[in-house]
Amino acid sequence: MKKYDAIIIGAGHNGLTNAAYLAKAGLDVLVVEKNEYIGGAAVTREMHDGWFYSSCSYVCSMMRQAIHRDLNLTKHGLVLVPYLGTVVFADNGDTMTSYHSEEAEYNQLRRRSPHDADAMFRFQADLGRYAQLIRKTLLRTPPDPTSFRPRDIRELLWLAKQFWSLGEKELYEYIRFFTMSAADFLDDYFEDDLIKAAMASPGVIGTALGVYSPGSAYVLLHHVMGDVDGNVGAWGLARGGMGAISNAIAGSVKEHGGEIRTHAGVDKILVKNGKATGVVLENGDELYANIVVSNMDAKRTFTQCMDKDDLPPGIYEKAKNFKIRGSSGKVNIALSGLPKFNNVADNRYINRGGQGFVGSMETLERAYDCWKHGRWSDDPFIESVIPSAWDPTVAPPGQHWMSNFIQYCPPQLADGPWTPEKRDAFGQTVVDKIERYSPGFKDLIVHMEVRTPHEIEAEVGLTEGNIFQGELTIDQLLFNRPFPGYAQYRMPIKNMYMCGSSTHPGGGVSSACGANAAREILIDLKRPNTVPEDDFYDE
Amino acid sequence: MDDYDNIIIGAGHNGLICATYLAQKGHSVLLLESSSHVGGLAATREFHPGYKVSVAHSLSHFSETVASELNLSAHGFNPSGETLETIGLNLQGTPVVLSGDQISGVSTDDAEKYSEYLAVLKRFAKVLKPFWLKTMPRIGHNTVSDLMTFGHLGLNLRMLGKKDMGEFMRVATLPARDLMDENFDNDLLKAVLSWDGLVGSKMAPRSPNATVLNMLYRMSGKDHGAHSLPEGGIESLINALKMAAVSAGVEIQTNAAVSRIIVDGDENGLKATGVELADGRKISAIRVISSADPKRTFLNLVGAKNLEIEFTNRINRLRCDGYVAKLHLALSDLPMFTGVEKPCGRMIIAPEMDAIEFAFDHAKYGEYSDSPVMEILLPSVKDSTLAPKGCHVLSAHVMYIPHSLKTGWTDHAKEALYQTLVQTLERYAPGITKHIVHGELMTPADLEQTFNVTGGHWHHTELAMDQMLMMRPTYEAGQYSSPVKGLYLCGAGSHPGGGLMGGPGHNAAKEILRAEKKR
Amino acid sequence: MMNSQTESSDPFAGERLKESPFHPRQAALNLRNAWSSWNGYKFADYYYDEEYEYFCVRNSCATYDICPMQKYIISGVDAEAMLDRMVTRDITKLKENRVTYVCWCTDEGRLIDDGTIFKLGTDKFLLTCGSPSLAWLRKSAFGFNQMKIEDASDTIAGLSFQGPTTCEVLKRMGLEGIDQLKPFCIAHFSFAGSEDKPLMVSRTGFTGDLGYELWINPSLALSFWDALYAAGEDYGIQPYGEAATNMARLEAGFIMPGMEFNEALKTIHYHYDQTPFELSLDWLVDFKKPHFNGRTALMSARDTGSEYTLIKLDIEGNKPAEESFLYADEGCIKEIGYVTSAMWSPVVKANIALAMVKTEAIKDSIWAEIYYTKELRHHSKVAKCKVQSKPFWAPDRARATPPAAF
Repeated sequence: MKKYDAIIIGAGHNGLTNAAYLAKAGLDVLVVEKNEYIGGAAVTREMHDGWFYSSCSYVCSMMRQAIHRDLNLTKHGLVLVPYLGTVVFADNGDTMTSYHSEEAEYNQLRRRSPHDADAMFRFQADLGRYAQLIRKTLLRTPPDPTSFRPRDIRELLWLAKQFWSLGEKELYEYIRFFTMSAADFLDDYFEDDLIKAAMASPGVIGTALGVYSPGSAYVLLHHVMGDVDGNVGAWGLARGGMGAISNAIAGSVKEHGGEIRTHAGVDKILVKNGKATGVVLENGDELYANIVVSNMDAKRTFTQCMDKDDLPPGIYEKAKNFKIRGSSGKVNIALSGLPKFNNVADNRYINRGGQGFVGSMETLERAYDCWKHGRWSDDPFIESVIPSAWDPTVAPPGQHWMSNFIQYCPPQLADGPWTPEKRDAFGQTVVDKIERYSPGFKDLIVHMEVRTPHEIEAEVGLTEGNIFQGELTIDQLLFNRPFPGYAQYRMPIKNMYMCGSSTHPGGGVSSACGANAAREILIDLKRPNTVPEDDFYDE
Repeated sequence: MDDYDNIIIGAGHNGLICATYLAQKGHSVLLLESSSHVGGLAATREFHPGYKVSVAHSLSHFSETVASELNLSAHGFNPSGETLETIGLNLQGTPVVLSGDQISGVSTDDAEKYSEYLAVLKRFAKVLKPFWLKTMPRIGHNTVSDLMTFGHLGLNLRMLGKKDMGEFMRVATLPARDLMDENFDNDLLKAVLSWDGLVGSKMAPRSPNATVLNMLYRMSGKDHGAHSLPEGGIESLINALKMAAVSAGVEIQTNAAVSRIIVDGDENGLKATGVELADGRKISAIRVISSADPKRTFLNLVGAKNLEIEFTNRINRLRCDGYVAKLHLALSDLPMFTGVEKPCGRMIIAPEMDAIEFAFDHAKYGEYSDSPVMEILLPSVKDSTLAPKGCHVLSAHVMYIPHSLKTGWTDHAKEALYQTLVQTLERYAPGITKHIVHGELMTPADLEQTFNVTGGHWHHTELAMDQMLMMRPTYEAGQYSSPVKGLYLCGAGSHPGGGLMGGPGHNAAKEILRAEKKR
Repeated sequence: MMNSQTESSDPFAGERLKESPFHPRQAALNLRNAWSSWNGYKFADYYYDEEYEYFCVRNSCATYDICPMQKYIISGVDAEAMLDRMVTRDITKLKENRVTYVCWCTDEGRLIDDGTIFKLGTDKFLLTCGSPSLAWLRKSAFGFNQMKIEDASDTIAGLSFQGPTTCEVLKRMGLEGIDQLKPFCIAHFSFAGSEDKPLMVSRTGFTGDLGYELWINPSLALSFWDALYAAGEDYGIQPYGEAATNMARLEAGFIMPGMEFNEALKTIHYHYDQTPFELSLDWLVDFKKPHFNGRTALMSARDTGSEYTLIKLDIEGNKPAEESFLYADEGCIKEIGYVTSAMWSPVVKANIALAMVKTEAIKDSIWAEIYYTKELRHHSKVAKCKVQSKPFWAPDRARATPPAAF
């Protein structure tokens, strides 16, 4: 029976990245994937004739450039294109456009509030400062603060130095920012509610927090710290949909001799004498390897794919307590034409970009309240983008694909389990809301795919459909991710590792988790490290 | 020549403590109080003829160090050896009762977990305990003693051992709800235990980042967070503090409202040189120490023109809105609560964490819930002097009542809330309504008015992570001194915070004495 | 200002830059369509030729559109106290109808921006500055209740009128007594038959030369332009753009944000912003004032001394030392600073620069490593630099009252 050097469970972008780096280092790797296609949540699927949906994740900004270059992803077909312009909609129909030009953006903000237009400069600088610090940590393994190993101490000191270099005042500001709510943070800068709501909305995407919850300011940063070619905060679309990212990384895996097997769902991770030895597939096949790497989330890995008895005491409970809350839905819509929105100029640069149906700070928060009560809001926050306006490959010419991300959507409903009827009713709520801002929108709909946390979990395997593989709160960040003591990608079982977004630095299509895990594995195997430690940032 | 070494503004417990420490070291101290009596929010007042109550109705972590250093027992303060039971009221049946390490009303499984949980939290509380009574140093310009404070904290963390230390760093910022869900099954138990992480704050069980720290703060007391009533009630503590102050030589003037802190300037910059009273009197001192809340101190008494711009704005942005209303009922008889034999404990109406969470949701929008959550105490059960013979006083902290009600706190709005509260009580204590002789409802806006506390906030400003430790109330004023030379802070708005603990008064005095020595 | 197109008819209206009240006249003269932008306004880099425009400033007279400059009217009983606490200079000494140059800092003593304050009345001030500052003004005004801040950026049109013949042109326009207006003073004049003196003239500018700044309601902007240009016709009047301004201000030794200093509130990196001392603006910081924003921090900055100091350099040769590094030795081994702005000065006939140099190295020799190209060939040279204490260009006529006719 063949024995691989490493088996990676799950062909999401992090699993593939991990496999690519291990294969590149000369290891014989196998990636097993339960679906018949690869990509996990970074996937493009033809869900309707001629329409290719990025069914789950839909835009990209965190992809590490060092990895992109390192793994030759451009050669393997990946092109990331920044998209321009976003319009946000207020409850009362007001709109605000974000323009690509800083001067135009300034005039636009000034129309709403001269004060806020001015304050935006400072806001951007402050956010830039915070983002810069975090970005430097993305491709580094978090230190263990309880350890005395030289490497951990060195890394802790490195981290301390980064904080130190902020200067005393900014250090305090940083702590404030890290622990505040998005609402409180924004109140420091802005007075206009729509501007605040537009800025706050990224703070709740994918998370079971509201804009008034402490900690949401950090999530806001998590969404704006990405960049496209150094333009911090810019968002990019992958040409060909998000699947192009996974396909390119898969290309790199194959280039280095790695193997990818689809339709190969893992039933159990094999453990013998306290060591991971391989996996049992759902069809009963056993596959063996020196190393097993899980790209599944921590909860699924430990509570579903392992025997409690195989785990050291306490781990099962830690996994059970790991917070991975479904809070988002997704509605993918095929359109026969480009929708027109009220109070938005017929401008090719903006009406083809993104739409944020944010309403107001209170509307955002009330949508969260509904989630707490186990129902979806009648007036949810929707973040939409029409990638087909920029990418000719995802819909037939002249027709369009619109991606709608909905916050919030509960994983369990108070009135019983999700049913197809309830799912469709949820989708209808979304369409109804868009119709309010875009009369005639419904008539353009050719096909529609609705995903609640239930569908996302069923298809992608993300517990509760949580897009980050675990909440981004301080108790689950950096050396706490996924659990204290296990943040360095090594798991409590020997020869077993994790490389998914449940690990540092968390969710987002960044490839950082997979790359960092590969680095640790190579260290353990005493192989030369090929994984980059930063993303071309100059001090 | 200055009239005094120190003028302290506000004779709440922290003002009294700070004054006494300074006077004990031979300083001349003038303690000014705007109202007719000392004690601030802990003062016992007659709210109806023959019925007395204090806004702060029990003790959970009054500093033992302060009590012994100020020799409060000699002045009649005798912290009761016996702690109050915490009772989670249950309309359906048996309440959850916590009494010291004992627990009842829950499954054996939960009871076992409770003792584990308590043990862990006690260990965590012990890590932090020394730091509530220390000045938290600035990060950056560190002296040896500052570095030792950080080193001490690091050492305490390390002493927890690898596993506990890791867990501490995770749990410290955990929302109360997650901590409870991780440990227990019983909904009522979870609600009752999370209460002490939330009460007095604008946080709910799902709010991350500070609720567990709040709990650990309250657990720093001798009974690990269990509440108690001293013999003679809260009044005995305030009286003892007053006696200690007077016998140390503190001069206390009541009915002496300060209208401004006098700040003089020359080429050496600004310096606080005294105060001006509402009646126009001016009194000078080497230093002015304010136990008033930071907003009142800086924005009203010092004035923006004497402060730096960003500092002023940070003070203004402090989250000072209180979310606790006080309900005081004069009762003609002892009310009986469902499932409770004798209402001598601290009773909590919050059937589950969601009930707390949903009550909080209303407050976010300047509304209040029809199903309020509250903590109830009948102090007269322990102290019969608080009410006429056979009669009783009920004191309740009602959570998530906004300081700024969207529709404004009109008489009508207050009456409606009062009725809601009485109806809620009636459900839990059938028949209580007919015993009500008089009722007083103090919204956070009323507390602001009556006690001169901005926002009516218990802790003067929210005890949230960004307003804690060296950032309390904000950096540059986090070490009791302030950007204005000669002006110090000693109130609940400073580290470690409020809640009848005494830390700020103690720490401020030590800091002032240390600074004096350095000179 | 409204765009010529409205939003409904122009789907790109939101993307377009605003147009100044003087735009129709300026657009007609902008032969090269050389537009860039400033504070959301369409703004000329140059109109015909930057060197020609520069010489108009030095030789005859020229106008520079300062409508995009930010203007705030601060009025009320507390206005003076509020401004006095915000800026580092003593505003309480400023007399009515006088102007003063000021700067303001963060609590940490880092420079936010510089600008001018016009005292228009006992309780009324006009603050002008290069970048939007409303957020900071609001923060500064918190706690001062008897005052208000009005953003007049779009409601006051301004034209900077600079050059040796400016006084003569204004006289010809009928501005009686203009020749008696001293530097940093303000006068008000009637215009177009209006009795309420809608034209405000201040003897200020950003060129170091004789010059005035002319302020008027936007509704009168075009007729005012026409009158001025009619009067200036025989005196060589010409609009000048950003490029010529930058030359003139460098000769005068004036600093520019984005060149010499980074506005503190927009600075990302720790201490990449500057104190006034680093920028040699010591004279703007008045420690006799018991309190102003950043005073404590500036006190200690003064006592510690600045690591870098902005100085003026006269560099040998004629190759502008743009973006040059500076060294303590001809061998370019010990790096001591860098050039922030540099040019060949046509009037002074000198190779001039402003530079940030390590304070301790200023008294020793300074060498610049200059890169230049000749017919696409790249060259480098090392040139000796001389520290200059006075502005490169400071003609007597700039201060003379009354100024000579030409």
